[in-house]
Amino acid sequence: MSDLLQRTAQARPNPRQEAAARIRALGAPRSASAPLGLIGVLGLVLIWEFAPRLGLVDAHFVPPLSQILATWWDLATSGELWKHTSASLLRSGAGFALALVTAIPLGAAIAWYPVVHRLLNPVLELFRNTAALALLPVFVLVLGIGETSKVAIVMFACFFPILLSTISGVRSVDPLLLKSARVFGLSPIETFVKVVLPAAVPTIFTGIRIAGSAAILVLIAAEMIGATAGLGFLINYSQFNFLIPQMYAGILTTSLIGLGVNYGLVATEKHLSAWRG
Amino acid sequence: MSTPKIEIDRVGQTFRVRSQETGREQDFVALDNVSTTVRAGEFLTIVGPSGCGKSTLLDLISGLTTPTSGEVRINGRRVEGPGTDRGVVFQQYALLPWRTALGNVEFALESATDLGRKERRARARDYLQLVGLEGFENRRPGELSGGMKQRVAIARSLACEPEVLLMDEPFGALDAQTRESLQEELLQIWRRTRTTIVFITHGIDEAVYLGQRVAVMSAHPGRIREELAIPFSAESDDDDVRATAEFAHYRHQIWTLLRHDQQAAADRAEEAAHV
Ligand SMILES: Nc1ncnc2c1ncn2[C@@H]1O[C@H](COP(=O)(O)OP(=O)(O)OP(=O)(O)O)[C@@H](O)[C@H]1O
Ligand SMILES: [Mg+2]
Repeated sequence: MSDLLQRTAQARPNPRQEAAARIRALGAPRSASAPLGLIGVLGLVLIWEFAPRLGLVDAHFVPPLSQILATWWDLATSGELWKHTSASLLRSGAGFALALVTAIPLGAAIAWYPVVHRLLNPVLELFRNTAALALLPVFVLVLGIGETSKVAIVMFACFFPILLSTISGVRSVDPLLLKSARVFGLSPIETFVKVVLPAAVPTIFTGIRIAGSAAILVLIAAEMIGATAGLGFLINYSQFNFLIPQMYAGILTTSLIGLGVNYGLVATEKHLSAWRG
Repeated sequence: MSTPKIEIDRVGQTFRVRSQETGREQDFVALDNVSTTVRAGEFLTIVGPSGCGKSTLLDLISGLTTPTSGEVRINGRRVEGPGTDRGVVFQQYALLPWRTALGNVEFALESATDLGRKERRARARDYLQLVGLEGFENRRPGELSGGMKQRVAIARSLACEPEVLLMDEPFGALDAQTRESLQEELLQIWRRTRTTIVFITHGIDEAVYLGQRVAVMSAHPGRIREELAIPFSAESDDDDVRATAEFAHYRHQIWTLLRHDQQAAADRAEEAAHV
């Protein structure tokens, strides 16, 4: 009986959800595939270590991994790395947060009110097809070369994934749920808070996750132009001054941050969309 | 004589639809001059072919839509919108997938009543127990079978203690066995609570078995074609009503009515094709 219950109770995801799950699976590999993945990482480590040592690649341009890690450790203990990392995290965090608090309400309004949708849709289409980095010169021109323009470009890059996923999340709320909300006498605000928003959260989170990666990606690029701190600056500066191991140490740090951010977001998303089965 | 619980008074409903041939907008008459009344505590079933306007009629009683002509009255008062005096159970359950069974029942109570948190919880438990879901309070809809989901939906509507329960093919998506046991339970609940019930179905058997009265609808335009009082009806506790000659008689009568209607529709279609 309980077995039958289990089988019949198991909700099968629709193709879209399966696709989303696959994307999720890419972000956080299943524990079953972890040993195999570990071998892959180990392979990369070995190649990186020995290819330069054996003269397969120029050790000046690609130093052995151990050398890079040693440099990374020096940077970390001297506090230099934290100075750059915290500068980067602050900027991308601020841009990301600003995008969150503006894109979700706007997205909800666009999805909820057809008038707003018709009014803004063409403009949004134009903007979302404009690469964030293409606008960097404009941001620098208008906002100057300081922090504001960097936060602004992160916000721009994060804004659209969140906005679009919010629109589609709110729009795809089951009309039947809205109908039953009316039957039970929920006010429009109650309906939004208790029905629309929870239903849209998993979809919104897909956009948030994309925004999380974009926040770091765009910022690093922005920091390469006119900054005196930040990981992008560190990488670019090191390359200019031929401090190659230091350059790689900077790159490695951005990768680790990206990994951490994605892992955190995937975990949160999993927690919030557990009901999707 | 006291006022009827529900009065459906010469109700018409037309929709603007785009014609398939011309692509121009035109009126489509979904309901045409429908009138009937339901007594307090009565169990009315409505049966009719797909597309005859059953759901449209239920939406009007629940107040989700307003009729193009005529009016619906509850306790003699005109229906202006949804109200907590009426509960609705949909075919597709309409449960919040992120809330547990208990949470879904509480959800209805949060806005429909002014109970405190503790009282809501207690009442939600009571009603889940009433529909036989004790021990499943903390399951989400995704972890429940179709029959169990529909029980949650019924518990949720009953928990608001409505005077009228409107049900739109609630058992349509269930297998035969689950459907029969839920029919039986619904009758027991009805006998106990004496809630007025309007129950829509595709199934002739279901209509005759549950209803004290069966309204047979016809399509194009949607009308109530005939109303049959079922004398043995849901009142009796006899398990085997379905096997009696009387049951067969009513089933056949309704079948014939629906059959004629179908025939007429086919003839009309053929005529149209010849023109
Ligand atoms: N909002 C609407 N706009 C246009 N046409 C509609 C609308 N709602 C219903 N209709 C039409 O009205 C008719 C009656 O629909 P309704 O859903 O009430 O049928 P039904 O009897 O419940 O059918 P079923 O048994 O398949 O559920 C159908 O032909 C349908 O296409
Ligand atoms: Mg229907």
